[in-house]
Amino acid sequence: MSKNKSFSDQLWDFFCSLKLAIVTLILLATTSIIGTIVEQGLSPQEFMQKTGWSESSAKILDTLQFFDMYHSWWFLSLMGLFAVNLICCSIKRLPRIIKIVNEPTLVADDGLFRTFSNKEELKVSGSIESVRDKVIAFLGKSFAAPVVTEQDGSIYLFSQKGAYSRFGVYVTHASILIIFVGAMIGNIWGYKAYVNIEEGGSRNAVWIRGQQEPFPIGFDLRCDRFEVSFYEGGNRPKDFVSDLVVLQDGKEVMSKTIEVNDPLTYNGLTFYQSSYGPAGEPSFTFRVKERATGEEVTVSLRQGQHVALPGGRSFAVNQYWPNYDRFGPAAQIHVNTADGRHGNPLIVFKQYPAFDEKRGGDYSFTLLDHQQRYYTGLQVAKDPGVWVVWLGCLLMVVGSCGAFFLSHRRLWVEIKPLEKGIGVRLGGNAHRNQPAFVLYFDQLKKDLDDTLSS
Amino acid sequence: MTSSLFFNVTTISYFAAMVVFIVYLTSKTKVVGLVATAICWIGFLANTLAIGLRWREAYGMGFEQAPLSNLFESVVFFAWSILLIYLIFDLKFKQRAIGAFIIPFAFGGMIWAQWNSLTGGSGGLDDSIAPLVPALQSNWLTYHVITCFIGYAAFAVACGVSMMYLVKVGKEEHSPEESPVGGILSMFPSSKVLDDLNYKAIMIGFPMLTLGIITGAAWANYAWGTYWSWDPKETWSLIVWFIYAAFLHARFTRGWVGRRAAWLSIFGFAATIFCYLGVNLVLSGLHSYGG
Repeated sequence: MSKNKSFSDQLWDFFCSLKLAIVTLILLATTSIIGTIVEQGLSPQEFMQKTGWSESSAKILDTLQFFDMYHSWWFLSLMGLFAVNLICCSIKRLPRIIKIVNEPTLVADDGLFRTFSNKEELKVSGSIESVRDKVIAFLGKSFAAPVVTEQDGSIYLFSQKGAYSRFGVYVTHASILIIFVGAMIGNIWGYKAYVNIEEGGSRNAVWIRGQQEPFPIGFDLRCDRFEVSFYEGGNRPKDFVSDLVVLQDGKEVMSKTIEVNDPLTYNGLTFYQSSYGPAGEPSFTFRVKERATGEEVTVSLRQGQHVALPGGRSFAVNQYWPNYDRFGPAAQIHVNTADGRHGNPLIVFKQYPAFDEKRGGDYSFTLLDHQQRYYTGLQVAKDPGVWVVWLGCLLMVVGSCGAFFLSHRRLWVEIKPLEKGIGVRLGGNAHRNQPAFVLYFDQLKKDLDDTLSS
Repeated sequence: MTSSLFFNVTTISYFAAMVVFIVYLTSKTKVVGLVATAICWIGFLANTLAIGLRWREAYGMGFEQAPLSNLFESVVFFAWSILLIYLIFDLKFKQRAIGAFIIPFAFGGMIWAQWNSLTGGSGGLDDSIAPLVPALQSNWLTYHVITCFIGYAAFAVACGVSMMYLVKVGKEEHSPEESPVGGILSMFPSSKVLDDLNYKAIMIGFPMLTLGIITGAAWANYAWGTYWSWDPKETWSLIVWFIYAAFLHARFTRGWVGRRAAWLSIFGFAATIFCYLGVNLVLSGLHSYGG
């Protein structure tokens, strides 16, 4: 390398260098650790409360943008440097690779043969034409059809396989840039939001994170039903499902039962089952029997509401469990005395209607029915860049397969009339996985020997 | 015939293989090496059977799920994957001695998983079969876990080989050409072969890790609407990816081959283990249910 290179040349070499790639990758790896240790998305105040760190240290971390480090100027710059490095590298090296693939050396001279570590020389009898035809047929059958060049009375053959695998590295590099582009499209034209819809209710706007006003989506989304199911004998949730209906200008255009891992997509927006919760107080229907008189009444009430009972007392529901310790739905109630004092709380199980009869109080309660309306919590995402990201991922897989598992193998043959007989020279190379090629070449030259001597 | 019995056989086999490999290195007897490899095959078969039986046991309990649902199942699958890659390498490259540095990873996993079952203690992993929470009920789970663990296993092989490289290359540099390294080290493949095996293992691991990250992203997008959210597990998988990407580029750069490449491979595996276990045990995030 000459010492008096211009500054722009030096800069270009810097951005093309493999060393820069290695250093950038290691810097990206080490700095990425920060965001896995410092909780992301906190304000400095929240951070101080959570960790008990001093204000000055929180301020330093905030200045370094450690609370949102993956979007900080320095991390994005590092990513930018990585992208520039990829682009420069490819611009520098790609033309040479295209030349190797598109304009292969068809005539192998002594100079080229000297560079081969895999070669073979044979001397055979017969006419040059018959030897030529035999070798062409042999290469076509066991490797790839050759390109034939005649020059100065000699015949030169060239054949190659897997030339395109040389592009594998560049496809992989390009795929990373495509993924970056996809991520940018998503950041600019997409958004993430959430919406809660009560059973029976509908919404035409969603809440984008960090914004005060709801964002209109241009159609109505109605939730007809939400249900949570549990694995038998426990509180382990099995499934959350919501029946959703899309209404465009008041007309039903789509309906789907969504669950975790199975969202609904309409008009570029996707709705994901993400959470749920009770909407309003639950309501209950009880049959109450006054033991003394045998009188039975059926009472409907909401949680917290006091309802009069025969005999001058009243009762209310304090609490409700959809699945009380494996015994199914249960309600905790209390009976008030006539002068309004609370009695001891007791639990009524829906699945065991005869249970409360055995308790032996003044009243016995049977929980006939309960109704809890839920709201379904939906994540909403619009990401027009996601297909670009998947295209990038696909290219990355294809490119890496080319780059890691395939190699560009080339064979050259020279057929030359000698004073006595015909001289055949075979040479070849592979741009990757040399040991495998050595084995392949050894077998190939044996086969060629057999073909020509038969 | 329960899965637990076969998991015990697996653990004992890997322990035995480990010991026999050490005997092989010291005794330098070919047949001992053959025995060690045979024990590896027995352990691998027991491991495969045990995973299959556990799959059936879960179905018998009414849970239609692949045996990749909790930490215990992932650890025994990790051990299985390490043996898979190791045995492929053994068939293809016939470097028997590397087993001594690879099987301990598989044994470490198995003894952790089977500790309670083998010793009656309680320091090991919870091996009960539990149904999947809704977030994990997806076919993506299977694709994601299999690709990730084949990748992790290849990195384990690369790490073992790199440790051998560092030991061997130091001795080689200190001994003159005409008197090759003696002792146990004479049983090691040459540093050139070890360096090549390291690269070959990472050539398998890196595309598998890439696929693992992509399937994870696809699943996250399908389940939550975000293919990337920088949660600690995702970030650590990317850190691992960066390290091995650096390794692959280091191969083409003067001054970065040999020792530095071996160290990168070892750091890479340390980061892999942190990504797999450390994130769940030390940090928290979306993958917290995975532990």
